[in-house]
Amino acid sequence: MSEPYVSVARLDGIAMITVRADLADKAVVKAVKTSTGMTVPATASALMDGDSGLGWMSPDELLVVCPETERAATVDGLTANLSKSHALVVDVSDARAVFELKGAAVRDVLAKLVPTDTHTDALPQNALRRTRFGQVAGAFWFQDATTVRIVCFRSVADYMHRMLDQSTAAGSEVFAT
Amino acid sequence: MSTRLQTGGRLIDRTTAQEFTFNGKRFKGFAGDTLASGLLANDQMLMGRSFKYHRPRGVVASGAEEPNALFNMGEDGRFEPNARATTTELFDGLTAGSQNHFPSLEFDIGAINAKLSRFLPAGFYYKMFIHPRPFWKYVYEPFIRQSAGLGKAPKARDDDHYEHFYHHCDVAIVGGGIAGLRAALIAGQAGLRVLVLEQTAHWGGRGPVDGATVGGQPAADWVDATVADLSAMENVVMRTRTMGAGVYDHGYLLGYERVADHTPGDGRPRHRLWRVRTKQIVTATGAIERPLAFAGNDIPGVMLASAVRDYVVNYAVSPGDRTVVVTNNDDAYRTALAIKDAGLDVPAIIDARPEGGGALMAQAIEAGIRVETGKGIAKVKGGKRVTGVGICAQAGEGAVLETIPCDVVAMSGGWSPVVHLWSHCGGKLFWDDAAAMFRPDASKPPLGSDGAGFVTVVGSADGHLHTTDILANTADAMGALVKTLGAKPGKLPALSGEDMPEAPLAPVWMMPQGASYALRSKAWLDYQNDVKVSDVQLAAQEGFESVEHAKRYTTLGMATDQGKLSNINGLAILSQSLNSDIPSVGTTTFRPPYHPISMSSLAGEATRDLFQPIRKTPMHDWHDANGADWEPVGAWRRPYAFPRGHETVEDAVHREVLNTRERLGLLDASTLGKLIVKGPDAGKFLDMLYTNMMSTLKPGRCRYGLMCNENGFLVDDGVVARLDDDTFLCHTTSGGADSIHAHMEEWLQTEWWDWKVWVVNATEQYAQVAVVGPNARKVLEKIGGMNVSKEALPFMGWADGELGGIACRAYRISFSGELSYEIAVPANRGLEFWEMLVDAGQEFGVMPYGTEALHIMRAEKGFIMIGDETDGTVIPQDLGLHWAISKKKEDFLGKRAQQRSFMDNPDRWQLVGLETVDGSVLGDGMLAVADGSNENGQRNTQGRVTSTYHSPTLGRGIAMGLVKDGPDRMGEMLDFMKLDGLTVKAKIVDPVFFDPEGEKQNV
Repeated sequence: MSEPYVSVARLDGIAMITVRADLADKAVVKAVKTSTGMTVPATASALMDGDSGLGWMSPDELLVVCPETERAATVDGLTANLSKSHALVVDVSDARAVFELKGAAVRDVLAKLVPTDTHTDALPQNALRRTRFGQVAGAFWFQDATTVRIVCFRSVADYMHRMLDQSTAAGSEVFAT
Repeated sequence: MSTRLQTGGRLIDRTTAQEFTFNGKRFKGFAGDTLASGLLANDQMLMGRSFKYHRPRGVVASGAEEPNALFNMGEDGRFEPNARATTTELFDGLTAGSQNHFPSLEFDIGAINAKLSRFLPAGFYYKMFIHPRPFWKYVYEPFIRQSAGLGKAPKARDDDHYEHFYHHCDVAIVGGGIAGLRAALIAGQAGLRVLVLEQTAHWGGRGPVDGATVGGQPAADWVDATVADLSAMENVVMRTRTMGAGVYDHGYLLGYERVADHTPGDGRPRHRLWRVRTKQIVTATGAIERPLAFAGNDIPGVMLASAVRDYVVNYAVSPGDRTVVVTNNDDAYRTALAIKDAGLDVPAIIDARPEGGGALMAQAIEAGIRVETGKGIAKVKGGKRVTGVGICAQAGEGAVLETIPCDVVAMSGGWSPVVHLWSHCGGKLFWDDAAAMFRPDASKPPLGSDGAGFVTVVGSADGHLHTTDILANTADAMGALVKTLGAKPGKLPALSGEDMPEAPLAPVWMMPQGASYALRSKAWLDYQNDVKVSDVQLAAQEGFESVEHAKRYTTLGMATDQGKLSNINGLAILSQSLNSDIPSVGTTTFRPPYHPISMSSLAGEATRDLFQPIRKTPMHDWHDANGADWEPVGAWRRPYAFPRGHETVEDAVHREVLNTRERLGLLDASTLGKLIVKGPDAGKFLDMLYTNMMSTLKPGRCRYGLMCNENGFLVDDGVVARLDDDTFLCHTTSGGADSIHAHMEEWLQTEWWDWKVWVVNATEQYAQVAVVGPNARKVLEKIGGMNVSKEALPFMGWADGELGGIACRAYRISFSGELSYEIAVPANRGLEFWEMLVDAGQEFGVMPYGTEALHIMRAEKGFIMIGDETDGTVIPQDLGLHWAISKKKEDFLGKRAQQRSFMDNPDRWQLVGLETVDGSVLGDGMLAVADGSNENGQRNTQGRVTSTYHSPTLGRGIAMGLVKDGPDRMGEMLDFMKLDGLTVKAKIVDPVFFDPEGEKQNV
């Protein structure tokens, strides 16, 4: 079996925290900045720096990503800084699985499974999309031009992994390189 | 005989020979051949037997419209029936077999049907098989089933895999001929995102074969240059071997890419389904030549004139030495000239038009070809092969004037634009009398959500048959389209072709026009379904005046070729029979797909282990390794039981119940929904969602609650824990987690949008283990950590802490009536925690238990189960749950509904326990009979079983059920009806069978 044309890896050690709060509320934006050092991203986009970053999930939901080692401190910090706002901070690290796709044709692999438009015009590199992969819910963002991270529920991680493996198998390239 | 020519063949590569097998015989072809051209090159003109009469049939066409040349392709895991030889690319090692014959293609017993054809007219099956009625089921249907279908059904599992590809663009162009490529260039230069699909392996369409000239260049050169230009454009995606299969609402287009049909086993996906969302669709799908209806027009060797030209020019295949061309238009003369060019003989061109043709006819005459005008074919001679034609006056009744020996008849009845994709979403057609064709009516396109058309037709698909017209029409239509899309047109010099002046076509629907019944009953319209001119006339005579009725009565156009060759000829015959004109008869409905596509391509990746996602808990693999007998619960798999050794599943369930009641059981409860609800209005919100009061719950405590929909019916239940003043954790049923989450969000987003409440679905964040049984506390104390004593953690309390070094939240809740803890730990540590309990529990007799043991234990305690005691028509009051319905609350979802007269009604069946007199287990759903019968003559009933089990604890059958006036009838006997018609007696008892005081759980 030859190598897949886009690599697939399941990543460990990445923590995720869901923040439910009004992202238009200045106090919320400030509390997030204080806790994470980052600015709340614009609609449907993500601001990622390695294993840390923020993702816009909806007008009232923020995804906070950080290394596992910073998980507890980040949860505590967000909870404390948002205590005066109407907000809910939940550690969802264990509820999720993270996959990383790497390769020049990474957008073509997404297009096999995701109904959203993956063309660079429609999906800039700072985009985050909540969508579906095959038959399961998932979200994805770009780490760089050729690296995508996908999150899904942990219960369907095996399904996602198999599907990504099949979609990246050598020979299934959609466009010749 | 048909054979390979010494030179020529623009699509074949003579340096690459390919061997293939047909009906066990080994043949040789070249790379670039289709199966059809490969067979013809090996003198295999006989390719199949027709469906009804088993007549010998050869290939008629050279493309997707082919009705006859259908094969069983491949073997075992790559076997597929009804593969079209004309669209099947040849590859080395291809295996094909002919269909619908016994014992062999050459000698077929079913051909007796042809001799009986007088007795098998249209509608024969409908008339014959209706009497006597019982015969249908036992005699006719099995017989017809036996003879139905052409190919064999595959028996082995498909070896290949398939995938989808989502594509978005501004303009999707279907068809890669001159019009399609030119359209792509115009759209591409305007900077639009363009997709071009071509169903064959080659760009260019008919232009190069027909000798067209584009902008002074031979078509083939222009095509090459244009394809190179387009390939260099980043905004243009080009795809061969990809058919535009269907047009759907909202600019949705399906493309069917045959990635590896010609390279089986190379590991690539066999088919890829392109799911295209586009702003505009352009169909440049070309036109299909029509056959002529004359007697014997189905004998192998009778082919479309364009197909004969394709075989000669594209594949250097001579279908025969002597070809008679028969036509009603000028285009077929090109075939005669191409044949002459290849050094073969054209004994005559039979032109039905009294005046004959234009410049092309002059060329033919100059080339020394005999041209007979005003003539037709009375009848084709031959059986398995054409041997000659009898010619007659087209205006007459078919008296043969002369017989001309020949091997091939090349016929042309004119051209029909491929309007299928235009029509899929409601584009209308008009009848062009001069050209005798249905053309797209640009003023009535299929409409998008904005009320504007979203399909444009260019080229011969729009009815333009000459290069200059095609180029002009494409430029006009695309110019308008670019404008519609708000793009700026690029600079492209105008192009024109060099077309010969052509004489007008004469509509010829029957040849000769006064053909006798004998001739008409041998003049085929639909080859694949064996429908003749006489059949359509019979249908009209019998009153099937609507084209849709006539189609179904005769089966015209209902075969796998979907009538691509037969529809227009058929409805012309129908309109003549009805003394009506063609447009007022109209066409049948064009439906996707344009050409059959594989079911697997529709499934895409969703086959085998990807057929459906299976949700797995953190302990899934442990369960699997320990013999779990799985049960689907929603998309989850949960262990039903853990049979050991040779134990039956039933025995395992009983062992698990007893062990849990007497010692210690572990249940993986991770699938339970866990919704976190927070905010200053969270208490108010939960008071609206649950029937009982949640706002009064104290932090550290749990409360069981019921949820109803706005119609008052019970939809979910579970234990709510108050985490702090503002925060609650709501447990839902395993199947209800997602729907209750959505239910909460819906009310918050649409009705109570100003309430300050947030909800997060944290179901998968935790692995949850129910530690159940008299030894539950002992095992937790052994692994150590938080205080789990009765005092520190009383019944219906919860506490955060740590057990065995893992942070956890422990709930003192019980669904079994035993001493029970549900421990939630982070999901990533769930397996570790589970294994720790299994190890530590050995000395306490620990055993895991599955969902069935869970169900039995809850039934022994009289606890209801959503989905068993409820079915969407049951309210909490039916289940004796009045205690869980608040009377203090002003409102909650379902309250008003439950006050309606038919809800607040003492006649509603009520929950009771049921105990059989003989200790047996009642059947699930059994009905309790009452006296008398209803207006339908059915026995009256007074109750039904909702849950029923053998209780290992009590050693007999126990059940719960809903019974009329049940709670007031304790001790009464009911008769439950069994499937065998006998009844079984059961006594009405209290639904709590075990430990009614609740002493065991509260220790």
